[in-house]
Amino acid sequence: MYNTNYHRAESTDDAIAKLGASDDGKFVSGGQTLIPTMKQRLAAPSDLIDLCHIEAMKGITIDGNQITIGAATCHADVATSKELAAVCPAICDLASHIGDPHVRNMGTIGGSIANNDPAADYPSAMMALNAQIMTNKRTIDTDDFFTGMFDTALEEDEIITAVTFPAPAKAAYSKFPNPASRYAMAGVFVAKLKNGMARVGVTGAGSDGVFRHEGMEEALTSDWSADAIADASVDEGDMLSDLHGDAAYRANLVKVMAKRAVEKAG
Amino acid sequence: MSSLTMTVNGSEVSGDVEDRTLLVEFIREHLRLTGTHVGCDTSQCGACVVHVDGKAVKSCTMLAAQANGCDVTTIEGVANGDLHPMQTAFKENHGLQCGFCTPGMIMSAIDMVNRKGKDLDEATIRSELEGNICRCTGYHNIVKSIQDGASKM
Ligand SMILES: Cc1cc2nc3c(=O)[nH]c(=O)nc-3n(C[C@H](O)[C@H](O)[C@H](O)COP(=O)(O)OP(=O)(O)OC[C@H]3O[C@@H](n4cnc5c(N)ncnc54)[C@H](O)[C@@H]3O)c2cc1C
Ligand code: FES
Ligand code: FES
Repeated sequence: MYNTNYHRAESTDDAIAKLGASDDGKFVSGGQTLIPTMKQRLAAPSDLIDLCHIEAMKGITIDGNQITIGAATCHADVATSKELAAVCPAICDLASHIGDPHVRNMGTIGGSIANNDPAADYPSAMMALNAQIMTNKRTIDTDDFFTGMFDTALEEDEIITAVTFPAPAKAAYSKFPNPASRYAMAGVFVAKLKNGMARVGVTGAGSDGVFRHEGMEEALTSDWSADAIADASVDEGDMLSDLHGDAAYRANLVKVMAKRAVEKAG
Repeated sequence: MSSLTMTVNGSEVSGDVEDRTLLVEFIREHLRLTGTHVGCDTSQCGACVVHVDGKAVKSCTMLAAQANGCDVTTIEGVANGDLHPMQTAFKENHGLQCGFCTPGMIMSAIDMVNRKGKDLDEATIRSELEGNICRCTGYHNIVKSIQDGASKM
């Protein structure tokens, strides 16, 4: 790892000021993506501004039907929150299958979403739950937030502070993990919103990162059942193809994971 | 450079280190506590697991500066005179061969019991060991050791 200067931020304003004062600084939350990347010398920020001590960015609040998760909340806290499990167990289940227990103790939802790894789990849930991404500057609709592999609508000096979404009527996540890395080779989050609309977020498979599958959404909105998506078509041309699985294989996996998720949601 | 102070295995320690120093480097090279191992450079093997403020973390994937002010427990800190029951269980159940993964396995196992209780079934133990790789044992005796150690904690 190249050398860097570490700073703890007390507030988002403090973090922005510290970033502004640095040469080529970066925010760090759980570090479970950034530190491995720095160890490989694939990133070399001059400064690291730690967001994990900003109290206002931590914790889960449920206000009526609206769920808000602070960006610096770690995966383990999402996985084990009883309050959250009562209103949206699917997101707890998703968090409980990210990486391993040690990664879950450090990694955060904000870091995962900001990074937008094409195989990360949370982005599919944000898409399906029609979440809004709250930053220190604005609120961004999920459909405008994920702009392609490892790319988001965030500006350089913008911090995700929380994500917020309404509790769905039903939801579930089904993931086919890569046996070595545990990242998704295909992961599908299905949600039936309380307004009757179904939304389907797909991760791990798309060649341009996370995406919504509109065909399945329409089918599920009119008939919430695994059979309803049996004939859905997943375009191989839009799939990732690599040594872990070619495009045809992934296209099929997306359908299988979607059906399993609908069955799991009940 | 940062001046760090933290509690390691119950004693306050401090040191001046470069900010890029990983927690595992601080533990092994500055404190000379070499029980915590480094088995990979991809954050996947779990040989480096320690507890920071009571939570199991990979000390190769955390800067020492991130742990400034924290309470850290390493494998050297779990025995209290006698071996910890989990250490004894690994010894009695042949839960190790070369022993390289063992410190991380034991730190993960103790954390597992702290979170999930003493009555652990095989499937739970295997899925909880997702982040710990052993290249020798084939895991069977590690699972047995953890089940045994958990019941005696
Ligand atoms: C062994 C291993 C297995 C893993 N398996 C999985 C898996 O199965 N599924 C999965 O989804 N992930 C997996 N991960 C990744 C893990 O979930 C990370 O925690 C997550 O992707 C990044 O979160 P972080 O808090 O660690 O972010 P960091 O590593 O701290 O930061 C990542 C990036 O986001 C930026 N950033 C961080 N926080 C914010 C913020 N609040 N606002 C704006 N920008 C921010 C940083 O500047 C950086 O560029 C795995 C990681 C490891 C090491
Ligand atoms: S050395 Fe930390 S995970 Fe391998
Ligand atoms: S005993 Fe050799 S790596 Fe586990």
